Amino acid sequence: MPDVQSTVVEFVNKLRKRKIEGSQATAKCTVELLRSVISHQRVPHANQAAALIDAVKAVGEQLVAANPVELAVGNVVRRVLHIIREEDLSLTTAAMGGLDLLDASDDDDVDNCKGIGYPAMSAAVVAAAARSTLRPPSLQTLLEGTPESATVPYTSSSGADSESKTADKSSLTRKLKHDVIEGVNQLIHEIAGCHEQIAEQAIEHIHQNEVILTLGSSRTVLEFLCAAKEKKRSFRVFVAEGAPRYQGHLLAKELVARGLQTTVITDSAVFAMISRVNMVIIGAHAVMANGGVIGPVGVNMAALAAQKHAVPFVVLAGSHKLCPLYPHNPEVLLNELRSPSELLDFGEFSDCLDFGAGSGSLQVVNPTFDYVPPNLVSLFITDTGGHNPSYMYRLIADYYSADDLVM
Amino acid sequence: MGAQKKGGGARVSEDAVEQSRQRLQAILLADSFATKFRPVTLERPKVLLPIVNVPMIDYTLAWLESAGIEEVFVFCCAHSMQVIEYLEKSEWYSHPNLLVRTIESHKSISAGDALRYMYEQQTETSQIQGDFVLVSGDTVSNMPLTDLIQEHRERKKKDEKAIMTMVIKQSKSSQLTHQSRLGTDQLFIAVDPLTKQLLHYEEDKIDHPSGSVCLEKSLLDTNPSVLVCNDMQDCYIDICSPEVLSLFEDNFDYQHLRRHFVKGVLVDDIMGYKIFTHEIHSSYAGRIDNFRSYDTVSKDIIQRWTYPYVPDINFSGNRPLKLGRQGIYRASDVVQSRSADVGASTVIGYGTKIGNGDKISNSVIGNGCYIGSNVVIEGSYIWNNVTIEDGCEIRNAIVCDGVKIRAGAVLQPGVVLSFNVVVGRDFVVPAYSKVSLLQQPTTEDSDEELEYADSSSGTADHLSGLNLQMESKASELGPDGAGYIWEACEGAHDEEWKHSVAPIPKDKLSEITQAIDDEDTDDESVVPASGELKSDADSINTDVNDPNDDYYYFEKEVEGTVLRAVEENIKVDLVTLEINGLRLSYNMESADCAGATFYSMIKLAVDTPHNSASELYKNAASIITNWKELLGFYVKKIDEQIEVIMKFEEMCQESPKELGPLFTQILHLLYDKDVLQEDAILRWAEEKAGADEADKVYLKQCDTFIQWLKEASEEEDEDDEDEEEDD
Repeated sequence: MPDVQSTVVEFVNKLRKRKIEGSQATAKCTVELLRSVISHQRVPHANQAAALIDAVKAVGEQLVAANPVELAVGNVVRRVLHIIREEDLSLTTAAMGGLDLLDASDDDDVDNCKGIGYPAMSAAVVAAAARSTLRPPSLQTLLEGTPESATVPYTSSSGADSESKTADKSSLTRKLKHDVIEGVNQLIHEIAGCHEQIAEQAIEHIHQNEVILTLGSSRTVLEFLCAAKEKKRSFRVFVAEGAPRYQGHLLAKELVARGLQTTVITDSAVFAMISRVNMVIIGAHAVMANGGVIGPVGVNMAALAAQKHAVPFVVLAGSHKLCPLYPHNPEVLLNELRSPSELLDFGEFSDCLDFGAGSGSLQVVNPTFDYVPPNLVSLFITDTGGHNPSYMYRLIADYYSADDLVM
Repeated sequence: MGAQKKGGGARVSEDAVEQSRQRLQAILLADSFATKFRPVTLERPKVLLPIVNVPMIDYTLAWLESAGIEEVFVFCCAHSMQVIEYLEKSEWYSHPNLLVRTIESHKSISAGDALRYMYEQQTETSQIQGDFVLVSGDTVSNMPLTDLIQEHRERKKKDEKAIMTMVIKQSKSSQLTHQSRLGTDQLFIAVDPLTKQLLHYEEDKIDHPSGSVCLEKSLLDTNPSVLVCNDMQDCYIDICSPEVLSLFEDNFDYQHLRRHFVKGVLVDDIMGYKIFTHEIHSSYAGRIDNFRSYDTVSKDIIQRWTYPYVPDINFSGNRPLKLGRQGIYRASDVVQSRSADVGASTVIGYGTKIGNGDKISNSVIGNGCYIGSNVVIEGSYIWNNVTIEDGCEIRNAIVCDGVKIRAGAVLQPGVVLSFNVVVGRDFVVPAYSKVSLLQQPTTEDSDEELEYADSSSGTADHLSGLNLQMESKASELGPDGAGYIWEACEGAHDEEWKHSVAPIPKDKLSEITQAIDDEDTDDESVVPASGELKSDADSINTDVNDPNDDYYYFEKEVEGTVLRAVEENIKVDLVTLEINGLRLSYNMESADCAGATFYSMIKLAVDTPHNSASELYKNAASIITNWKELLGFYVKKIDEQIEVIMKFEEMCQESPKELGPLFTQILHLLYDKDVLQEDAILRWAEEKAGADEADKVYLKQCDTFIQWLKEASEEEDEDDEDEEEDD
């Protein structure tokens, strides 16, 4: 436990000092940290899920407070909470089912029964079943309705392990924890693999001889474009440099290294170039529940230009970027104002900042993010496929439980 | 894990691992060894003073930690108990990545002493294993250090003598005041542009604001090129090799890091040691040295130059504030009246209440403050738990913890109120005054003791002392106030505006501009005034019309001297000695002396009571006869004689009725007494011939005299006194 505590503190420190950048990296670190929190959490016999939820929430709150701007942290914490709830639900329904079958019998019998009745049924299916009773089915659940044994491979083995009552108790607790960790592992896998999942769809969206505009640097976009290139599509890429951090330069470098035809333009030239562009593809920092996008600064301008010329504006986002919050909440529509030194050289302008001599009137604002309202977005491409902005809230309902929205 | 690291990590590195990888270490001086923050620092160490609601030392430690420093030695001196207590309570002691150790010494009175103490400790415990970063606890920065340390180490490997790397940052200093943004004196450095070696370091003192630097000739001999900069700011962040400590030990008179150590290494060339510089561009670094830099750095933090060490980010256990539009940082639980007007670049801390109709702009307000209605706060720094009652006006002031400002009181720009001061109802605290509950220490020596005394004895008994003082003398800040207004130390009074939190007042700026303009015109008028006398009559006139101050005072003094000499009948030798002394102290020419002496003599004559012009002439004649030797002493040259005539003419012009008619007579008298030579008079006449009609009045008056002089000079020694008397 002290080990976990110190890693939590370390991660919190990193978040505070803004040493981790990029939502994917943050999400990965967060989920790995939460996994170790769960695995180290001592679970009481009664109400195990609540104990786990409390532990994850406690850590999650610290993490969110450390850097509220990085929405991926909150998303991942909520996802993990959702997993715990789902697994708990599936276990209780399973137990309930067992009790229904053998009325008020011994635990051994329950165990037996479970071994007989539900060995192959995965937690996900049970959860899906339970969910369907609790709330209206979503498209997602309907599509995913078929049981996948691969998702929870260890369910059947646990029943056979236990022989006595106490052993069974512990096995039950272990089972919940085990299932949760399994679920979290899957989430880790999903986050790690989101680039490939998204990139697989590239071929459907990028066509021969098209011109693609992107802004700033995003690994998802890079992989997406490269995947299309690998499929022998030939197209051109315009990269808006993304002042003041000029991450577009880095992206252009990588693209050229991979053999794409790349052109770097200034951010202010976006409108001038947009008429030649067939599609705008950008990576998001976060996708809000209403389908709005938080992206690198300058994105809104590109979106408006795209709308003016009826160019599709496509946003790539891994599922960990889906945020269950709405941007009309001022607590959520956060922006990070970074150091003005990215814009201008302190030394050159130091005479404009001499407060003593009364000339300290120069103010510099350097926001990191931009908000694109949902009506400007044509399509979201997530690891589960392409979605309309208006569908986002439904997708989010699949990933998060309503209890966790407010942490 | 943190605990393990603490114990084990240090020991391991002491043994074998040292060679492979040195721990990154830093020495943090938690004392500025200066008195610029008096009276505030009498009660609390400077490093614990809040800057934008977070103690300064937290900025420094947070930066060191994130820059990759693993071990910090916090050197505590004044108020060491408070510093250690604070660190124990804070999260720094249990920080997983940064090992904080405190070192306490009460004997050290300067940075040099502190480093010597470190060196002594060093020999016993060998805590410092290699290169270390030397900073003071009032540094706010976000620069990366690891690369710089690496650079330093590599340079050290190549060149054994490269013992220090100094961090500098471009920052233009004011053209007018020759002062950096941070209120320190302008810095002149000379650097080798290729190797970045520091060759010359000079902090411009106020007494030669001309901006001249003297470089040693040898610098140019040994270095192919030298880069001289005056727009650099010394960040006081140094990467030092262990030799620095031993250098301090060897040179026990080194006190100040820059004034003694750097100068010593550069000028005295000790063992050929070298100092290098590193200029930072994108990152920020600033040291809070005085109240001016407190203001500047606070504003830089609010403007986010120090990102990520800004108020809306929790970087050291501080509660983060919410950043709103226009750079307003507000705690989530601030109670603010709807009618209050909170302007741009303002910070408001937790639990603070802001009343109706308040106007707050460009200010920092701490935690738990209560601000009444219709209060105006502008450009001020209000610390924690301050109560400000209705209708107060606070401009450009620093108000420390626990201060009470009663209704209607006004703080003028530059005021510093130390802890728990109470400002009485409707009291106006004058500009630049410093107010404390503690009495101002009388001499410099005693206040050193005072600061250390209360640091060791803790705060309890001196607080009780405070209460006594409060009761005994409460009237200095109004009838219901408490506190002493400190006198500005001698000499520092004029400088007060330079280092104050308040911006330099407009009239001061225009005064300086004026002074500079005057200097320029002085340079043009004074120098040629004596040089051009012979050729250009116009310039003299303008000079006379526009009397320059120095000359005026000089003339006054000479007049006094002559008057005394006449009254007391002092010997001529002594008078000349005295006038010579004046001449040297006012930096005058001997022509000026001649003019002034003559002026005083005639003035004396005029001032002596007289009824008619002839009586006046008699007075003048007697004085000139008696004191012609004195005058003669200064009028040896033609130029000086001309000056005398000019002066006389000027005097006549000033009082044409009294002296006017006597011009020729006195001129003749002067000629007779051999004070003036005929050449001088003729030259004067020649010069005047080209002048305006108005200027020629006296020339015409003595026309015949000059005519006669001309003839006389042609006919040589012809005795023609009778002819003259006919006029």
